[in-house]
Amino acid sequence: MTTSSMAQALNAALRDALREDERVLVFGEDVGPLGGVFRITDGLTKEFGEERCFDTPLAEAGIVGLAVGLAMGGFRPVIEMQFDAFAYPAFEQIASHVAKLRNRTRGRLSLPMVIRIPYAGGIGGVEHHCDSSEAYYAHTPGLKVVTPATADDAYWLLRDAIADPDPVIFMEPKRLYWSKGETSVEDRRAAGFGRAAVLREGRDATLVAYGPTVPVALEAAEAAARDGRDLEVVDLRTIVPFDDATVVSSVRKTGRCVVIQEAQGFAGVGAEIAARVQERCFHSLAAPVLRVTGFDIPYPPPILEHSHLPDADRVLDAVDRLQFDDEPDLLYLAGEAS
Amino acid sequence: MSVDVLLPSPVPVRFVAEDGTAVPPPTGYRVPEGERLLEGFRRMVVGRRFDRQATALTKQGRLAVYPSSRGQEACQIAGVLALRDDDWLFPTYRDSVALVARGLDPVEVLTLLRGGWHCGYDPAATRVAPQCTPLATQTIHAVGMADALRRKGEDGVVMAFIGDGGTSEGDFHEALNYAAVLRAPVVFFVQNNKYAISVPLAKQSAAPALAYKGIGYGIRSEQVDGNDLVAVLAVLDAAVEHARTGGGPFLVEAHTYRMDPHTNADDASRYREKQEVERWEAADPLARLETYLRERGLLDADAVGAAHEAAEKFAARVREDMNADPEADPFELFEHVFAEATPQLREQRALLASELED
Ligand SMILES: Cc1ncc(C[n+]2csc(CCOP(=O)(O)OP(=O)(O)O)c2C)c(N)n1
Ligand SMILES: [Mg+2]
Repeated sequence: MTTSSMAQALNAALRDALREDERVLVFGEDVGPLGGVFRITDGLTKEFGEERCFDTPLAEAGIVGLAVGLAMGGFRPVIEMQFDAFAYPAFEQIASHVAKLRNRTRGRLSLPMVIRIPYAGGIGGVEHHCDSSEAYYAHTPGLKVVTPATADDAYWLLRDAIADPDPVIFMEPKRLYWSKGETSVEDRRAAGFGRAAVLREGRDATLVAYGPTVPVALEAAEAAARDGRDLEVVDLRTIVPFDDATVVSSVRKTGRCVVIQEAQGFAGVGAEIAARVQERCFHSLAAPVLRVTGFDIPYPPPILEHSHLPDADRVLDAVDRLQFDDEPDLLYLAGEAS
Repeated sequence: MSVDVLLPSPVPVRFVAEDGTAVPPPTGYRVPEGERLLEGFRRMVVGRRFDRQATALTKQGRLAVYPSSRGQEACQIAGVLALRDDDWLFPTYRDSVALVARGLDPVEVLTLLRGGWHCGYDPAATRVAPQCTPLATQTIHAVGMADALRRKGEDGVVMAFIGDGGTSEGDFHEALNYAAVLRAPVVFFVQNNKYAISVPLAKQSAAPALAYKGIGYGIRSEQVDGNDLVAVLAVLDAAVEHARTGGGPFLVEAHTYRMDPHTNADDASRYREKQEVERWEAADPLARLETYLRERGLLDADAVGAAHEAAEKFAARVREDMNADPEADPFELFEHVFAEATPQLREQRALLASELED
């Protein structure tokens, strides 16, 4: 076990992938000598040369389009969009080509490429630097969407993403870049990709979170425990593919569920999760599945972002609304009601 | 228009050498009147002081971030001197000095970078679009605005600022093409400060100069020494007149240099040598203009002193006005999403209200 920040873990994953597989290429804006604005590619040009890790001209559609061609030509591009909102110029390439090439060619062509996107807020960033854009990608068939919440997951999920035969949108919660965690030396390849993690076991309700809100869920569970309420915390890790099994078995056990996302709520990933839980766990549910999300507003300016971001208090308010005082529900859960 | 008319000068247009002496004036451009050059000098002095103050405010935690334009003052100031009050300006995040020089309230200008709101001034009243961060996207808006002015029979001109890096974005090329096809009265003003964050110009473009990007679209183009206010103003005057009198769009590339890091949060030592920055000190636009104006008897020590005094006063006011937390009303978050808040937004507003009561 060693301790590292998520940023360091991502850097290590890129370095190891470049070392192990000659086809891996890293490129984007400022990823070369600067090492990326978040330093995720720090030192890679120095170690692997400009051929393997390089700065492109400033054009996101170009970066993604170039990656499509390189992937068609046998390489494995791992590209960086500098910030969430600056990936939008590339959306056409992503939605019309990256997501569809396998399908259009009946599997004759595939695009093993990774698009890394630092996303979401909580760092006091000005406009266009804090968007939660995961739903756009998750809604696009043909894209896998991954978002780690710990340094260890960041390392292994990125390694898995690079090894994956299909395109992966790798969303990095930028406010967790500097949070430290243990990273294991044991090989955890393919252990987390497509599998949610139960980060904390509990009996009373399930909190489902991903990316930037995972620490929020853990903090809420911690606080609830002091009030005698035992919450389970599930970290999705990958949004696509979605791990129904882990989420469903947790909610069937607890009978209550709160879904937490930083993104605006309307038509978001949380809505999908709530629907899936409700479809699969209806008879186990003692209360409606609730969502705790950001508001349906453009991401606020720095001085107001704390009003927008879901915090542990907002989560606990939702937990309080899970009808714990309803007699029939308790009986139902105890198996005493029909 | 023939190719020769469209092509930029093979070397950047220059009126004043680095040491402040006048060089033989290039043909086709008029030397701006002395009074405008003096005004340019005064605003450059204030602009530079404002820029330094803003950088200082980041250190005191009064600004979330500040992208300095130190070294680019000739562009910042000439860009606004070339415009009339009823012309429009489409600036980027780097152009706060230009906005202040146009007379916008400095606190309103800094609202974005202070983190108080996304745009602090009234674009309609000032005819200045919100400072634009998504690169190059403002250039096509400028074309639309120019077309709007033309349709309304106004003889206003629109100036779009953009950086060297931004010219690589697809939007810039679409804007050039649209402007040319629509013969829109728009001036594209590229401040080529040699870097896009860490990426040097050589990695950005293989064009002989960015000004050559105009010819393929049929746009008249010019390149100019961006640290020579006399030259930048002369060329922009010509560009604005060309656009205003129905000649269509004009592309101007100004060769300048970003003296400071990309923003206060950037570490430029990772990608450029100190010596390179020092070499550009010799090309300082303000010192050059001062020497030039003094030698021509347009400026004396008293006037220089007065300009600096005015700049100090201005900076002191900015310091004072910024020395308080900006007003922040969390309920305003729900106010400007639509003309009328949806039922869902009203619900969310109520949720926030209940949270704030606890
Ligand atoms: C579409 C888009 N991509 C990326 C960015 C991030 N970014 C902000 S400034 C910048 C460099 C811009 O360089 P340039 O156009 O030369 O302008 P300068 O900052 O030098 O004034 C980058 C890459 C952005 N703002 N918008
Ligand atoms: Mg630049």
